[in-house]
Amino acid sequence: MNNIELTSLSKFYGKTEALAAIDLAIAPGDCLALVGHNGAGKSTLIKMVLGLIRPTSGRAVVMGHDPMSAPFNRIRKKIGFLPEQVLFQNNLTGWETLTFYARLKGASLKDLEGLFHRVDLYEAMNNRISTYSKGMRQRLGLAQALIGSPELLILDEPTSGLDPASRQNVYNIINDMKRNGATILISSHALTELDDRIDRVAVLNRGKIVGLGSVAELRREINISSEIIIHAPNDTMEILSEHFEGKFFVNGAARISCPANEKISFLRELIGLDIPLSDIEVNDPSLEEIFLELARKREPEDE
Amino acid sequence: MNRIWTLVIKESRDGYRNRWVVMLTLVMTLLALTLSLLGSTPTGTTSISPLAVTVVSLSSLSIFFIPLIALLLAYDSVVGEAERGTLILLLTYPVSRTEVILGKFIAHLFLLTIAIVIGYGIAGLTISFAGEYGFADQEWESFLRLLLSSVLLGAVFLSIGYMISVAVKERTTAAAVAIGIWLLFVLLYDMGLLALLAAGSDGGINGELVKWLMLINPTDSYRMFNLTSSSDTALLSGMAGLSSEHRVSDMSLILIMLSWTIAPLVAAIAIFKRRQL
Repeated sequence: MNNIELTSLSKFYGKTEALAAIDLAIAPGDCLALVGHNGAGKSTLIKMVLGLIRPTSGRAVVMGHDPMSAPFNRIRKKIGFLPEQVLFQNNLTGWETLTFYARLKGASLKDLEGLFHRVDLYEAMNNRISTYSKGMRQRLGLAQALIGSPELLILDEPTSGLDPASRQNVYNIINDMKRNGATILISSHALTELDDRIDRVAVLNRGKIVGLGSVAELRREINISSEIIIHAPNDTMEILSEHFEGKFFVNGAARISCPANEKISFLRELIGLDIPLSDIEVNDPSLEEIFLELARKREPEDE
Repeated sequence: MNRIWTLVIKESRDGYRNRWVVMLTLVMTLLALTLSLLGSTPTGTTSISPLAVTVVSLSSLSIFFIPLIALLLAYDSVVGEAERGTLILLLTYPVSRTEVILGKFIAHLFLLTIAIVIGYGIAGLTISFAGEYGFADQEWESFLRLLLSSVLLGAVFLSIGYMISVAVKERTTAAAVAIGIWLLFVLLYDMGLLALLAAGSDGGINGELVKWLMLINPTDSYRMFNLTSSSDTALLSGMAGLSSEHRVSDMSLILIMLSWTIAPLVAAIAIFKRRQL
């Protein structure tokens, strides 16, 4: 059974369509990233999954229940959520804040110290939040979402305002949660760092899902070319330029653009030439490029 | 129940850390002491209990001050959390919107009660010990009524404050509406009534109607409740001349204030439940 199942889910704010007939299913242990511009509908989708707003039409089933129904309240303690922007009460300490949230969830207070360790806030645990830096607040928010080892973890922009080490830590935590079988839904526009850390991506554009699948699948589907860079001695370069005509040669390196589905045959051909090469780089299009391409491709259909 | 308690504790701690309680209590005490010490000087050797004087002056103070404080505590409570982003987070926890409002109400009423009891209590005790009038002979019943009704007056305006806070989108709007409501209840309403009376002074106005029109306003109910609480306070406030047929039973006055507490609170919860996040 899927932990999240959305069936032709739509939301209108007045006449503005925030989400249009979204179909999406996320299984336990699956990690899905929602990517899209600001205003693409990411937050609206998350709010509907959390039962904070009612869909205009369509159906959402989260952990077996309609999120707007009364029984869903009992499910809530199994859900962890990090909002996009949250300013905790400045005059409470980190410990007091998490204690409050743990009590609401009915979670054990004994595990809280471990959570503070996990997000590197143990030393600052008893300081007032007014003394926290932006990154520390974000990490406190993350610790809050992890209270009670949730089965469904929803993180809205989890790495915003974090330094590289903390970002890495966030992804480690996400991995741990995944290994424990949690379903994870991340929304992000930090596309470059998401690339190899998630199972699937749903690309949202103007309230519609314009791409859904693993990064590799999306890459193949829209067939953006990879770039292959070959470094080789000068005489070898000449052989290369004869063999692959019309390709770019820059700074003593051959830069060859190659469609995703021809990548393997190209490399085979290259190796088959049996010439001395000093290095080969294969640059696949990043999630960012895929996203831009998807957004561009679907645009004309809207008008 | 447990969850409401958790909300109450957090909200009270927040109020305490904000120095709200300390400030509130301090201001209440200072104002109460100043008013009652000033007010007690002219009584000198009359047979009126100095505490009765205190009750009259404190209730006049409360009518302006307590609604203002209650509105200030309440106006920001929901809309402020919405702006900080903690409201959305809170509602993803296993708490209902009813519990959120009730938790805030209980916590704020608790803070207000502390400030009233300490502030007015210190003033009352000082007065009763300062004079030569016997401690036990003081108008303690009137004083107790003052404390209780002041808490109830606070509850009325807390409820109204939540209703404002859940209905508007921005803090600044909430603040403006709260000040408007305050002016309306403590100033404009009575001025309107006076104008009505003046206009109908040739006898065309039904006195009974005006009386109930006045008491519909919870601050006026509060005033009536305290100024007629004993023969001393009535005498001091010029209420003694009130013929017995124009007296309103304590029960009715309390009921008016209770309704003003419950109705806005229920409305606040209902509006909150339909609020878009």
